[in-house]
Amino acid sequence: MIDFLGDVVAWFLDPAHWLGSGGILGRTWEHVQISAFSTVAAALVALPPAIWMGHRRRGGIVAVAVVNIGRAIPSFAIIALALPISIRLGLGLGFWPTFLALFALALPPMFTNTYTGIAEVDPALVEAARGMGMTESQITTRVEIPVAAPVIVTAIRVSAVQVVATATLAALVAWGGLGRFIIDGFAIQDNVMVFAGGLLVAGLAIATELGFAAFERRFVPSTASRSTSEDLLADVTVAPQHG
Amino acid sequence: MIELTEVTKRFRGTRAPAVDHLTLTITDGEVVVLVGPSGCGKTTTLKMINRLIEPTSGTISIDGVDVTGLEPHELRRGIGYVIQQIGLFPHRTVRENIATVPRLLGWEQARVERRVRELAEITDLGADMLDRYPSELSGGQRQRVGVARALAADPPILLMDEPFGAVDPIVRAKLQDELLELQRRLHKTIVLVTHDIDEAIRLGDRVAILSVGGHLEQYAPPEELLRAPANDFVADFLGSDRGIKRLSLIRIADIDLEPGPVVPPGTDVERARAVMAEYDTDWVAVVEGDRMLGWVTDDRLDGRSTIDGVDLEPFLTRLTPDDTLEEALDAAISSHTAIAAVFDDERFLGMITVERISREIVR
Repeated sequence: MIDFLGDVVAWFLDPAHWLGSGGILGRTWEHVQISAFSTVAAALVALPPAIWMGHRRRGGIVAVAVVNIGRAIPSFAIIALALPISIRLGLGLGFWPTFLALFALALPPMFTNTYTGIAEVDPALVEAARGMGMTESQITTRVEIPVAAPVIVTAIRVSAVQVVATATLAALVAWGGLGRFIIDGFAIQDNVMVFAGGLLVAGLAIATELGFAAFERRFVPSTASRSTSEDLLADVTVAPQHG
Repeated sequence: MIELTEVTKRFRGTRAPAVDHLTLTITDGEVVVLVGPSGCGKTTTLKMINRLIEPTSGTISIDGVDVTGLEPHELRRGIGYVIQQIGLFPHRTVRENIATVPRLLGWEQARVERRVRELAEITDLGADMLDRYPSELSGGQRQRVGVARALAADPPILLMDEPFGAVDPIVRAKLQDELLELQRRLHKTIVLVTHDIDEAIRLGDRVAILSVGGHLEQYAPPEELLRAPANDFVADFLGSDRGIKRLSLIRIADIDLEPGPVVPPGTDVERARAVMAEYDTDWVAVVEGDRMLGWVTDDRLDGRSTIDGVDLEPFLTRLTPDDTLEEALDAAISSHTAIAAVFDDERFLGMITVERISREIVR
């Protein structure tokens, strides 16, 4: 066991494993590329309708059920189904089937959580905003989105981490990414390489998680996550001392 | 002036209208309270004024202009709106919350800041409060911020939907006083919805009592409602103690005072005792012109021929013409002879008896 871990350390210390087109840096970049592309595409498709339906507080239940079908199909199956179609359409082997699988993986949690987050903004806030003369789009951009921001950012984070972990599958269909170390390691029965690949994927997923957490701390106001109605109830009992 | 003419609201999927052919005129500068049991359409009526709810038929006009002729958001920027849950934006500071409507109207920054400071003062919020978030405030403070936010662009009209419903009774009484004080300075046209008849009587220049289905049962100043309820529904809604409630609305200046058991200096004891018997008291007060010298009990007069020379006691409870009959009743009951004296500064005006007050209750 100790020997094995020593070999893993040695593997990481070998500069040849870092550089070049098949090196750690190149593979990480490929991994980040396809993950980011899929996550951003899913966010662009999921968030606007989720925000719109959340604002109307209608139609969301049906939409949530529909997008969750995407969740029911394993990513591996999506790749298998998409691969022949991609080849037939002349779109190549690895990228698009993987993209499709990751896109289908990322979309449902983003849609569902964003819809719920917006729809559950305290109705009193929306009524106050409307009563003061905000237009419907001002209500959405100035009240609903900021108040639901913590929920929305969390949804994107959860999706992104899942996508980073799952993008490992790209290697199966001849796209790069950190999955290559695992697949190639299996192929040549190099357990050290498989293990190192696993560590790299896990590390990148954790880095993604931490990166989002830092973003949330910096840009999403913590007060936004506190519901006024809950505060109000808690507050009534102490009011006489203040008032 | 806000005029509702034959306004009806029928919500989809319900047979009975929420508001049924309601006609109501709200005069500028008055506080009009809409009150009634739940289901009486009071909140629906309020929300039709700023078009949060659109009437099914009938017209609502403000200063002669039909509200449906304006874009809803334009209309609402000119009308202050306060709701029970207040609805302060949790992601914005108190300053930003108050500045909401001025920002929507595109005021320049310096003007917004001036106005925010002015409002913080008017509504008794400390300047240090402005940079806090709503979650850091007490219930009473939040309600003040809600009112400040509604007043920010100085709208002539203020709509308030159960504004004090979510605070405890002590804070509520204080906020009600503050609203009355604010109104004395600002002279807004205020339409306020409540289910609390005592709040309606306390705050309203005029009270509209609605019954289920949005029927206007009576629309009158509180004193008139309590004195002459239009029908059994109104009388029931006002409660069996409406006579007592009315006492808080009548000032001592509004009624005739009695001279009370008083005699001038130099009166002989025999005569003084006759006056006591007339008022059924065991004491008599000595008054010179309009100056009250004090009072003395019957037993201290034994063995004297006139009341001159006895030690007189001062009146400790002194009512003024501005006090209400409720306060007078309290004072009269606390004195064991059920009579209280009324003064205008040092000038003795007369006395008020429990009997006289009770005549006012049953009127």
